Amino acid sequence: MANPGGGAICNGNLHNHEKQSDGSASGNCPKNGIVKEAQQNGWPHVYDKPLVESFEEAPLHVMVFTYLGYGLGTLFGYLRDFLRTCGIEKCNAAIEREEQKDFVPLYQNFENFYTRNLYMRIRDNWNRPICSAPGSRFDVMERVSDDYNWTFRFTGRIIKDVINMGSYNFLGLAASYDESMRTVKDVLEEYGLGVASTRHEMGTLDKHEELENLVAKFLNVEAAMVFGMGFATNSMNIPALVGKGCLILSDELNHASLVLGARLSGATIRIFKHNNMQSLEKLLRDAVIYGQPRIRRAWKKILILVEGIYSMEGSIVHLPQIVALKKKYKAYLYIDEAHSIGSVGPTGRGVVEFFGLDPRDVDVLMGTFTKSFGASGGYIAGRKDLVDYLRVHSHSAVYATSMSPPIAEQIIRSMKFIMGLDGTTQGLQRVRQLAKNTRYFRQRLNEMGFIIYGNEESPVIPLLLYMPAKVAAFARHLLNRKIGVVVVGFPATPLAEARARFCVSAAHTREMLDTVLENLDEMGDLLQLKYSRHRKSARPELYDETSFELDD
Amino acid sequence: MDFKRVKDYFSWLYYQYQIISCCAVLEPWEQSMFNTILLTIVAMVVYTAYVFIPIHIRLAWEFFSKMCGYHSTISN
Repeated sequence: MANPGGGAICNGNLHNHEKQSDGSASGNCPKNGIVKEAQQNGWPHVYDKPLVESFEEAPLHVMVFTYLGYGLGTLFGYLRDFLRTCGIEKCNAAIEREEQKDFVPLYQNFENFYTRNLYMRIRDNWNRPICSAPGSRFDVMERVSDDYNWTFRFTGRIIKDVINMGSYNFLGLAASYDESMRTVKDVLEEYGLGVASTRHEMGTLDKHEELENLVAKFLNVEAAMVFGMGFATNSMNIPALVGKGCLILSDELNHASLVLGARLSGATIRIFKHNNMQSLEKLLRDAVIYGQPRIRRAWKKILILVEGIYSMEGSIVHLPQIVALKKKYKAYLYIDEAHSIGSVGPTGRGVVEFFGLDPRDVDVLMGTFTKSFGASGGYIAGRKDLVDYLRVHSHSAVYATSMSPPIAEQIIRSMKFIMGLDGTTQGLQRVRQLAKNTRYFRQRLNEMGFIIYGNEESPVIPLLLYMPAKVAAFARHLLNRKIGVVVVGFPATPLAEARARFCVSAAHTREMLDTVLENLDEMGDLLQLKYSRHRKSARPELYDETSFELDD
Repeated sequence: MDFKRVKDYFSWLYYQYQIISCCAVLEPWEQSMFNTILLTIVAMVVYTAYVFIPIHIRLAWEFFSKMCGYHSTISN
């Protein structure tokens, strides 16, 4: 385990790299990215515990009832649409103008039908405005609807101290002002808020350079570059890295920013099944053997796009196998660590540290500062020549405004806090508290009998609800009991697998988690949500004993 | 107070029916319409069962007994 204070992990500056290129791999010069104690053993610490993931299927009657429920909703949707076109009912949704009635219909595809007839009925569970910092407790504005969710109005009351199980606040750093944020206030006073320029023109501040050096040191890589917006980091930089004639192998459940970046680049995109190494290997073999589709030439580049933690499934990418495949078939690897940076790994440095791998094995490390650092923006880190290329060729660097200085200072403060460079061990304690909270919450939910997806160690916990009416009832009841959760339905998840997604935070105390778990227990009984057939017992297993009193 | 418990149980059961069949998200007039249609269909099924099932069972019994009887006369 790394010592707090970050002293054992060596930094990734250029000087170290030059020293290493002399060829000395042992002795006085510790290798980049490998923990010192493990280095003394002679081999890197590779993750040897088995990955425990579960994606349990629901019982058959649940799926049947889910589809029946959607069927009933669809029938009533047709009825209501008919009433609207007849004119019996006033139409509140978007419709074409009179002059456009003979053109190609705009609002008749399934997405719009679903939005008008199914989503509108339960719309009050989304887009709820809050009016405080998204810490472990927050305030929600109360709103009611008089016409079945077509319009809302605020009553003026505020629901105070709602327990926050939905914000991506993994380390509890997204809190309201306290004295530790003093440096952010000073930077705000000195630099102001607006940068008013792009990175190429006059928008590169010394704060950005300080931040980029710190990010490179945090991740144990040679260099890093930061961008103002996390979504734009993916969608604007993938086109700069690959183009026509290249191949992108992207996971089935990748985020919209990765998909958008891949499509914008113009490369050929092939999709492999979620976290399925056989599917990926088959695609890689076909790509290397057959080359480009009609001309049969070799691909210019093969780029594998994966995420560290998938936010809808809670699964962690099988990184050691992907790195082995990438080395065998000579492909490049791009990891989007939006949810995993700061939240997994013994010292919070992401999936690469979680598996004990060398950061130099991953070609492009991308992440965002929105989730664990309480700020906004994204970064791309890797080798120095990659980052230098992106500084010149990235669309974001040329056209987008650079990061605002107080936000850069907030990230610097958070990162130093996590690394222990501010002189305390609180950062490491928070990372450990997050891991403890995650394990406790997942274990209790499994014992209660809910179906939970994902890896045992991931702080994103989807709880499957399946039926649309239960989704609405779940969110409403929990808000009445002052717990705020995020429920997710059709376009973001498959049709029949609606879920509630919990994000555990290091700022949650044991009492808060227990309150939430009690309420979830009651909701599970009220709404009959405990579908799991593999309910684990809370009592320790008897066959762990090594001796039985049979022979006496 | 057993009556109250029974009433609670039935209201819980009705709530489960509403949740599972997606009635909970429908507007009240849609719920009444769906409940009416469903009750009508169930009533028709019950009536048909009440009228026809004894007749069908009697016919089936006669058919099988005649076949077994025929079989036994053959074996004699």
